[in-house]
Amino acid sequence: MSVLANTAAQAIELAAEAGDADAAKATAGASSAGFAYGLAAIGPGIGIGYLVGQAVQAMARQPEAAGQVQTTMFLGIAFTEALALIGFVVFILLKFA
Amino acid sequence: MTALHEPLEGPSPAAQVALDMAMRGAWMLPIGIGIGALFAGFNGGASVGYAMALVLINLVLSAGLLGWASKISIAAIAAASLGGYVMRLGLIFAAVWVVKDMSWVAMVPLGITLIVTHLGLLVWELRHVSASMAHPGLKPRTRRTSPQPVAAGRR
Repeated sequence: MSVLANTAAQAIELAAEAGDADAAKATAGASSAGFAYGLAAIGPGIGIGYLVGQAVQAMARQPEAAGQVQTTMFLGIAFTEALALIGFVVFILLKFA
Repeated sequence: MTALHEPLEGPSPAAQVALDMAMRGAWMLPIGIGIGALFAGFNGGASVGYAMALVLINLVLSAGLLGWASKISIAAIAAASLGGYVMRLGLIFAAVWVVKDMSWVAMVPLGITLIVTHLGLLVWELRHVSASMAHPGLKPRTRRTSPQPVAAGRR
């Protein structure tokens, strides 16, 4: 993580030293957008992994309740994925807007 | 305890939930486009429509993957869920990347619509699923509040 942060900081410094403010701003925006998207995807990834693990365990233990578990799991996945979507939206607003 | 490599019987409830949400989303699509056009013109309307279509395709794709995996095994459901998460995020990224330089794209309405539609449809669906998790799409019965007859001699 710190290597990435250092690399981004060096790129911004190089652009600033070159005297191009727009390039420095674009570089800072790009690295921030990348961090936003990457970091925002970690949490939902862990959440979905935990959710699916528990759901699979529940379905294996009680196959007769698999329908209910699947419904809950699907909605849980979709809600957790909303967090990643928020990170993605921050990314596109920083990068493209 | 069922073996993890055995398939699940019956239709996938995730597909029913996703179909329910897609139908609601299809109803909301013209309204969303109208609101987008009202606030941001033609570009806003087109971007809102594109974002809503993305959300609906994402949900249907997720349900389709889960339904397909449930016919294989429980372990396949886990693999499809986790692999599908990465794949669908990549697809959304690619879908936005493809249109980012087009003249009709307005990024702010597109981004806001992505979040609002996704969360809105989910909350809407949760309200209907809450009555019985076994029957997705079942509308909860509203409580009737008809006035009770007043007993004679009591006011």
